[in-house]
Amino acid sequence: MAATVNTRRLARAMLTPAVVILFIWMIVPLVLTLWYSFQNYSLLNPENVGFAGWSNYRYFLTDPAFFQAFANTLILTLSVLAITVVGGILLGLLLDQFIYGQGIVRILVISPFFIMPTVAALVWKNMLMNPNYGIFAWIATSLGFQPVAWLETYPLFSIILIVAWQWLPFATLILLTALQSLDEEQKEAAGMDGAGFASLFVYITLPHLARAITVVILIETIFLLSVFAEILVTTGGGPGYATTNIAYLIYHLALLDYDVGGASAGGVVAVILANIVAIFLVRLVGKNLEA
Amino acid sequence: MRHYRHLAGVASLLALVAAGPAIAETTLTIATVNNGDMVRMQGLTEDFTKANPDIKLQWVTLEENVLRQKVTTDIATKGGQYDVLTIGTYEVPIWAKNGWLVALDNLGDAYKVDDLLPAIRGGLSADGKLYASPFYGESSYVMYRKDLMEKAGLTMPETPTWDFIREAAEKMTDRANGINGVCLRGKAGWGENMAFLTAMSNSFGARWFDEQWKPQFDQPEWKNTLQFYVDLMKAAGPAGASSNGFNENLTLFQQGKCGMWIDATVAGSFVTDPKASTVSDKVGFALAPDTGLGKRGNWLWAWSLAIPAGSQKTEAAEKFIAWATGPGYLDLVASRDGWANVPPGTRASLYANKDYTSAAPFAEMTLASIEAADPTHPTVKPVPYTGVQFVAIPEFQGLGDTVGKFFSAALAGQTSVDDALKQAQDASTRTMTRAGYIK
Repeated sequence: MAATVNTRRLARAMLTPAVVILFIWMIVPLVLTLWYSFQNYSLLNPENVGFAGWSNYRYFLTDPAFFQAFANTLILTLSVLAITVVGGILLGLLLDQFIYGQGIVRILVISPFFIMPTVAALVWKNMLMNPNYGIFAWIATSLGFQPVAWLETYPLFSIILIVAWQWLPFATLILLTALQSLDEEQKEAAGMDGAGFASLFVYITLPHLARAITVVILIETIFLLSVFAEILVTTGGGPGYATTNIAYLIYHLALLDYDVGGASAGGVVAVILANIVAIFLVRLVGKNLEA
Repeated sequence: MRHYRHLAGVASLLALVAAGPAIAETTLTIATVNNGDMVRMQGLTEDFTKANPDIKLQWVTLEENVLRQKVTTDIATKGGQYDVLTIGTYEVPIWAKNGWLVALDNLGDAYKVDDLLPAIRGGLSADGKLYASPFYGESSYVMYRKDLMEKAGLTMPETPTWDFIREAAEKMTDRANGINGVCLRGKAGWGENMAFLTAMSNSFGARWFDEQWKPQFDQPEWKNTLQFYVDLMKAAGPAGASSNGFNENLTLFQQGKCGMWIDATVAGSFVTDPKASTVSDKVGFALAPDTGLGKRGNWLWAWSLAIPAGSQKTEAAEKFIAWATGPGYLDLVASRDGWANVPPGTRASLYANKDYTSAAPFAEMTLASIEAADPTHPTVKPVPYTGVQFVAIPEFQGLGDTVGKFFSAALAGQTSVDDALKQAQDASTRTMTRAGYIK
């Protein structure tokens, strides 16, 4: 008994440095951000410094861009989630079948995930969506249609398309792995009981995939809330604020306005918002993980 | 024991080396932009280091936006990473006012400060003192296709009006063959569409702020500017123009998809270069358009070298700047790479040089365009700021980007011209109030 207590104490003592460092690692930037968010601090204006009260927060939250950025962040995240989960299931089902050249097909399907976001955005912007020399425009003109200026006419939809294209392979990969762990005998038994493809899918495959879908949603949400490179490269947040999300808005404040105080306030707001979303998500889908 | 002897040997050798050179060696860290002319400068530095063996050069070459962010944060936080900065006409007056730059009084006689073009010199001075030395300067003008002009039955005057540009653009447009009458910047950004639109608005008599710093987007002059621009682009511009900046338009023009292009004078050498341009032998040049109000829609910019205040190496930095931006450098480039490749737009003597003017078909128009711009009186009405295509206040980078977004949305048809102007008015009022200009 005494030995166990001692061991525990020792273990705790040995853990302490790691915990302290982690704590400092987390808390120092957060405290600094909080501190700056209450300061008048613009890099380019050395005269106007000092305590700002709530004015940075008021400035950020009353910005007409803020509401649209918030809405855009939600639309972007939810749409990409919907596309990647549904598309991932369909692709997973397809790739689960035996086909000739299976390995190569799977690598091809998964590869977009390994392309850097900046590069992917450039490829979509210049090679595919450009209304003058892009491939979509070429297809449209050869079919006798007017080419569509994607990033101008449907800016947010275009961003959703690009981001979904990048994340679809991730969802596919996870869901395919889950599908492969589905017991063949269970499927066979259901088939012998007369279950068709639809009921097989609804009553056996989908419940089996529930946990994998939860993982996909949770991980993707974390990354999708802060999509940035794709927006910077393709639309720069525009036209207007059509594709500005919270991350891009803060970038604008910090690196174009050099407004450290305002950007810090924005950062704090973003952290709070992300936490709210996370709480909802965990409540909504996290239960699946316990089952 | 033998080890010790070795050590002693090494130590005495080190002492010898340290005591050896009579002159202290200085290393200059130079931050610059990755434009062709600056890259060429790096290749030529041997000429400088030969004459100044005590000075070593270390280059930090970055893309324009990254450079601006690094240099701005460095100087604002007094980081002291760089000894020579490459900055533009936008930064110089603001930073000089903040006391962040060293006045360039000691560049020597060979530098010939009076040879600088007055417009450029004015843009880089504060209170009559030069705070940055221009490496190359530019304005904007009309580049047009002579063959398409002829086909449309028109002749481009040397000093076109906006009405003429519209008429010509509509006649040249041949969408079935992929030819757009006019290509103009539409991509949002203070250095992209707002550079063009602010310069254009000057010729329509508009201004950003009145003398009390009150934003002027609710005035009819801005409405006329933006409406004209949007209508013109709808009738004769390329598809997806709201994502076209300088580079996109350059590509379109080089591929023969534009009848006219109003943009930076440096583009002249790119569109007439037979290696890059399919229309190199068909390009003509004219001054930026006006509306008869006395101002033309052309801008003024100069990439320049400056020394941050508090630098320990001012003397060496001055020597370098005098070398890189002095008249001797132009001769050096000309002797190595030919006259067409010298950095343009800074010195009057260059435009008096027959060798240069015959090698560069766009030289005459470049000079005329630069001379037509006045950063201290950019538009018809009086303004409290300097800058032709920008407002030289710290808040302009962010504000210019925001307004640029609204205008790019109007071009894309996402908002109406009136809404875009109202949003611009509101956003600038907000920013100017927060920054303390409007009480």
